[in-house]
Amino acid sequence: MVLPALAFFTFFGAVPLVGVVILSMTDWPGFGALRGAGLSNWSSILQSSVMWHSLMLTFLVMGLTIVIQTPLALLLGVFTAGHQRYRAFLAVLYFLPLLLSAAAISAAYKALLDPNFGLAAGLGVPWLKQNWLGDPTLALGVVLFALAWQYIPFHTLIYQGGVRQIPRSLYEAASIDGAGTVRQFINITLPQLKYTIITSVTLMVVGSLTAFDLIYVLTGGGPGDSTRILALDMYKRGFQANQMGPASVVATILVVLGLCLALLLQRLGGKDASASQQEGL
Amino acid sequence: MTTITSRGRGRGRHHVNLPAGIAGWVWLAVIVLPLYWILITSFKPQASYFTSNPLIPPTQPTFDNYRLVIENDFDRYFVNSVIVTVCAVIPAVLLSFMAAFAIVRGNSRFLRFSSRFLLLGLAIPLQATIIPLYLIIIRLHLYDTLLALILPSIAFSIPLSVLVLANFLRDVPNELFESMRLDGTSEWGTVWRLAFPLTRPAIATVLIYQGLVVWNGFLLPLVLTQSPNLRLLPLAIWSFQGQYSVNIPAVLAAVCLTTLPILVLYVIGRRQLVSGLSAGFGK
Repeated sequence: MVLPALAFFTFFGAVPLVGVVILSMTDWPGFGALRGAGLSNWSSILQSSVMWHSLMLTFLVMGLTIVIQTPLALLLGVFTAGHQRYRAFLAVLYFLPLLLSAAAISAAYKALLDPNFGLAAGLGVPWLKQNWLGDPTLALGVVLFALAWQYIPFHTLIYQGGVRQIPRSLYEAASIDGAGTVRQFINITLPQLKYTIITSVTLMVVGSLTAFDLIYVLTGGGPGDSTRILALDMYKRGFQANQMGPASVVATILVVLGLCLALLLQRLGGKDASASQQEGL
Repeated sequence: MTTITSRGRGRGRHHVNLPAGIAGWVWLAVIVLPLYWILITSFKPQASYFTSNPLIPPTQPTFDNYRLVIENDFDRYFVNSVIVTVCAVIPAVLLSFMAAFAIVRGNSRFLRFSSRFLLLGLAIPLQATIIPLYLIIIRLHLYDTLLALILPSIAFSIPLSVLVLANFLRDVPNELFESMRLDGTSEWGTVWRLAFPLTRPAIATVLIYQGLVVWNGFLLPLVLTQSPNLRLLPLAIWSFQGQYSVNIPAVLAAVCLTTLPILVLYVIGRRQLVSGLSAGFGK
């Protein structure tokens, strides 16, 4: 009974995964026949300054995403895990961005930030009236903000679930000992959430490797190459410049990077995490 | 004196946490203000949009923007999105359920290998396989069809669905399966008459989560289809914005219209949706 699922996953998941390595050693413009190219794509990509720029940018986006989103999502998760009425009400609204597609979010932010037609023009606040998506630094800031706006709700949800599984008795014991809210947060909540934090950070890492939709619609990787992270580098080389070989090299780098980072984070979580992962299936 | 301190402490325990409360309302503004602006602007006539205060609702709301969006074939894109989502998610969940059942109930070396193998799909960014997938779809002569979107979507949904369903099935007491077997029910009968009804909450969760993923997907339609009449909604928003970039109320009407079905779902089944989104991750 496992066979149909296995067949589907093999054919459209595992085979392409091997295919990406094979294609990285061929020349293929996206139509017609494939021709072997040996390692020439690899040497040209590894010497491509654009690819290295994209790689560094990917790490930058990844790092800043973790630094911005983790504390906010963690605090919001603790906040929404509380059983007060108003918090339950706020949580309903906090999760709204989860419903929108990345394309819809980007389209809306693009409209909102348009210097001539957007919010700034209407409000007449000079500070807001900047060329948000035309300036390399500002554009990267907008991308990070939009990513945070889209994904913090999801991570909040993960942390909310994590917090609710912490035994109440730990807090009761601590408050008998006279520990205040802050002490309880540092001494109980944070250590108890260790695996939740690892899960959430892992998802952020893999997510920033593949954050394609939002950035593609918002900036298209621009201005210049200032928001061209690896996933966009792959897409542009493959489907805009019709060089599937070099694009597959970038894709292979993405896959290897994703696997290594995910494994590293699991290792960080120690034996317990990997054991429970395997228990999962 | 003692009563005062003990009352103070008691209040602390009941979590009247003022800074957290204030921060909570600030974050609400960050989330809701853009949404509010999207919603009210989508009802503004294009002419008065430039002269009105952007944060004040329109005095004379209009549906013209929505009419323009629908006239631009969004009804067709809606149907496309429904077809792809339904045809991808239902088979994906059925196949995942069967696989999860086999993995939980069986104990052969092949099954253990299968579950490891499927777990691999969770660790790998599947979007990075888009180029070989494109080649496969072309060679199957499926390029520029809805089936080209459905088949990979099924495959991409399987790893997480199997994980969530297997976790749930593992909690079904063995005695139930035993008594079915003693009653002479076949394995196949046990799957559909016992396991399936018992797993219904987890199945709803997975259906909703994967439905949202497929409904909002962008990369597969972008790469694997070409004809305007095969667009799904996210792709349609993107090309609509390319065409009407100056008509901001219309772009925002398109955003609202494509989110509406999911919003309805959120209102009806919020609990299922939220638990769906945290399933498998909120450990």
